[in-house]
Amino acid sequence: MKAAVLVFPGSNCDRDLAVAFRQAGFEVDMVWHKETDLPSGVDVVGVPGGFSYGDYLRSGAIAARSPIISALRGHADRGGYAIGICNGFQVLTETGLLPGALMRNAGLKFICKPVALTVATAASDFTCRYQAGAEVVFPVAHHDGNYVVTDDTLAALRGEDRVAFRYAEDLNGSTDRIAGVLSENRRVLGLMPHPERAADAALGMSDGTALFAALASAGVTA
Amino acid sequence: MKARVHVMLKAGVLDPQGEAVRHALGSLGFEGVDAVRQGKVIELDLTETDPAKAEAEVTRMCEALLANTVIERYDVELEAS
Repeated sequence: MKAAVLVFPGSNCDRDLAVAFRQAGFEVDMVWHKETDLPSGVDVVGVPGGFSYGDYLRSGAIAARSPIISALRGHADRGGYAIGICNGFQVLTETGLLPGALMRNAGLKFICKPVALTVATAASDFTCRYQAGAEVVFPVAHHDGNYVVTDDTLAALRGEDRVAFRYAEDLNGSTDRIAGVLSENRRVLGLMPHPERAADAALGMSDGTALFAALASAGVTA
Repeated sequence: MKARVHVMLKAGVLDPQGEAVRHALGSLGFEGVDAVRQGKVIELDLTETDPAKAEAEVTRMCEALLANTVIERYDVELEAS
């Protein structure tokens, strides 16, 4: 299994994400945002957390117009897997690969702490090793994590079982406490909490390990 | 020609920053502020001199990058330089 981790100026969770992928058995390539192609045979593209382009204009907005993004779009269109975490989720909403937008936290504060999440669906190759309804703890570290969607889109997300994770309690004002969503084909996941920072027991948390392990066994090359 | 793009959150999208500004104004003793909405202004210096073409081009820029039309609306204002 092969993963590519995109790197933008200001990414700061790219290496953590690479470590989590490697621990799950992936071969990992780091891909600079100016590249126009992904390495051949990539199964999963990881869009990491951080502050790409200093969050200028809107979080993730400039990164979402980088040259590598058309390759990511092609990969997703072919049914390839992609996961965007934190700033990566913001990038994926800015590209339109995932619906909605991430606004300033309702309480206006930067929130940096482990939070309890509910697994909202086990029906995806990211979440199939959890029980639906189970509680997991991942750290969050964000200022713009307040997920906003139109009522129509929210109805579609619920109707199609595309909410992947919810905050156990309201954290940042997100609509319906949504912490992570899936694409229509369920192969693109975006979430604000950091499973890659909860993927090593030595660092205190390991609930994220199951997500990367599930993805490693999904095994479809796009 | 110059273009000025105003980007504002759409009606109905909660603006926590505007709300914080409203509270701060209240605590400074300014009464009668019912609501505050915060947006941004982006100024562009364009080589284009034809207003219709400039407006069309800036509108394309808004759709492609300057505004996130999921949550924001925009207005384009042109002035001859």
